[in-house]
Amino acid sequence: MSLDRSEVEQIAHLARLQIDAADIDSYSDSLNSILNLVDQMQATNTDGVEPLAHPLDAVQRLRADEVSEVNQREALQAVAPATEEGLFLVPKVIE
Amino acid sequence: MFDKTLAELAQGLERGDYSSTELTQAYLQRINALDSQYNSFITVTEEQALAQAKAADEARAAGNGGALCGLPIAHKDLFCTQGVRTSSASKMLDNFVSPYDATIVSRLKNAGTVTLGKLNMDEFAMGSSNESSFYGPARNPWNTDCVPGGSSGGSAAAVAARLTPAATGSDTGGSIRQPAALCGITGLKPTYGRVSRYGMIAFASSLDQAGPMAQTAEDCGMILNAMAGFDPMDSTSAERDMEDYTAELNQPLAGLKVGLPKEYFSDALDAGVAEQVRNAVAEFEKLGATVKEVSLPNTELCIPAYYILAPAEASSNLSRFDGVRYGYRCEDPADLEDLYKRSRGEGFGAEVKRRIMVGTYALSAGYYDAYYNKAQQIRRMIQQDFVNVLNDVDVIMGPTTPQTAFKLGEKSSDPVSMYMEDIFTLSLNLAGLPGISVPCGQSNGLPVGLQIIGNYFAESKLLNVAHQFQQATDWHKQIPAGVEV
Repeated sequence: MSLDRSEVEQIAHLARLQIDAADIDSYSDSLNSILNLVDQMQATNTDGVEPLAHPLDAVQRLRADEVSEVNQREALQAVAPATEEGLFLVPKVIE
Repeated sequence: MFDKTLAELAQGLERGDYSSTELTQAYLQRINALDSQYNSFITVTEEQALAQAKAADEARAAGNGGALCGLPIAHKDLFCTQGVRTSSASKMLDNFVSPYDATIVSRLKNAGTVTLGKLNMDEFAMGSSNESSFYGPARNPWNTDCVPGGSSGGSAAAVAARLTPAATGSDTGGSIRQPAALCGITGLKPTYGRVSRYGMIAFASSLDQAGPMAQTAEDCGMILNAMAGFDPMDSTSAERDMEDYTAELNQPLAGLKVGLPKEYFSDALDAGVAEQVRNAVAEFEKLGATVKEVSLPNTELCIPAYYILAPAEASSNLSRFDGVRYGYRCEDPADLEDLYKRSRGEGFGAEVKRRIMVGTYALSAGYYDAYYNKAQQIRRMIQQDFVNVLNDVDVIMGPTTPQTAFKLGEKSSDPVSMYMEDIFTLSLNLAGLPGISVPCGQSNGLPVGLQIIGNYFAESKLLNVAHQFQQATDWHKQIPAGVEV
């Protein structure tokens, strides 16, 4: 498995990461060396092995559907880059 | 005074040899005088520390002080601390002042500890050398040309340089144990779920676990007593009764069954490290342990499996950094996509971007079965290896790292060679098992770490085994040349 420039650009787009054009080759090289490393897995027979998502095979804990949080909007928005009247501001989305 | 352990400092406070305020002032002065050599702190919280020390002195005077009351510690900078910058060593969070405390931060605060500051680390805990920090690398007090390890490199360096008696760390693939080994201190990664992840900036949620780092196993037990326990705010927190992790420290080791995995002692292991680890095992035999060879046949597969699973989880977790709600935002975004892409492209460093891209690729349409699912299957095989061996022995021992501390820059241009550094540690994260690294010797003047691995929730046993070793040896008391105490 080897990624070329356009595939690296596509992955960066999916991850919403701006990558400088000058850096794409070096990302491509390092991603390919990482993928070569992880491809060692493919030689191992895993037929019938149940995938392990949680080390203790725990399941999600449920709680009663009750309000448990207090409103902290001001405190939480104090660290936001741009807000107005309790809303987060982003560039215009709908023309 | 700075050579004292947390337990010794607690006795000094109890006797009234010094107040918490005096102790805190002394450590703050020491950090200010010496840390330019090590770069172990990102933020020193002098004002808050002195206020906490004053409160601790008042609590002690009123007879309300617990075991940790008035003792200084410092937190890895990925634990949220209310009103204090919590950067995860990233440009992305350089301006982030947390509106709340992580559970472990509030628990240690409630226990009366004094927070000296926030410690350096690899960016978002991704690294084994501390070189990916936005604030520059922390340095190893044993040789400042060498890395302290990572990702909790600042925590390990600060304890080794005696700038703090203890620190918190987090461990996703070895990030407590590897820097503890490279800096000659003791570090414990608890069982997955033992310590709350709430308020710990997420890297890989099925692997992340916080733990203590200090000079001794006894000190780690004291801190774990305050850190551990069920937390409803963490969906994977283990629902178990509270324990006193110092209660079994003095149990004798006669009859302890130790397994040495043959795969951990291959020709690839540094000869000096191998010699020191074998000497340590011989010391355990003197203490009454019986030792046998065991096998963890899938050891080599832990690196490929980990470098799918951890990046995959990281790519999901780090999608929250979008330049909208907190953290770095690029200048003059043209539109929303430009805002996302440039905020993330400019805010994250190279290794973080690499891992996000590997994870994004592994989870993308058409590749899920070949990568993510395959890695989860191998994860179960690795876990089964440990379960089989731990049915037969009490603890597993081996080197924490394949070599001692390496030079800054030696591996930073080759991510794969850096990843090999964690071959003995990251299998525990995949399996969710606890492990402790204790100093067990030196090779060419640099510390060597012994990793002791136990069964699920066997932290008390691990601390007992490590403590008995530390009663019989003095490797944990060695202080780097040039570090005056």
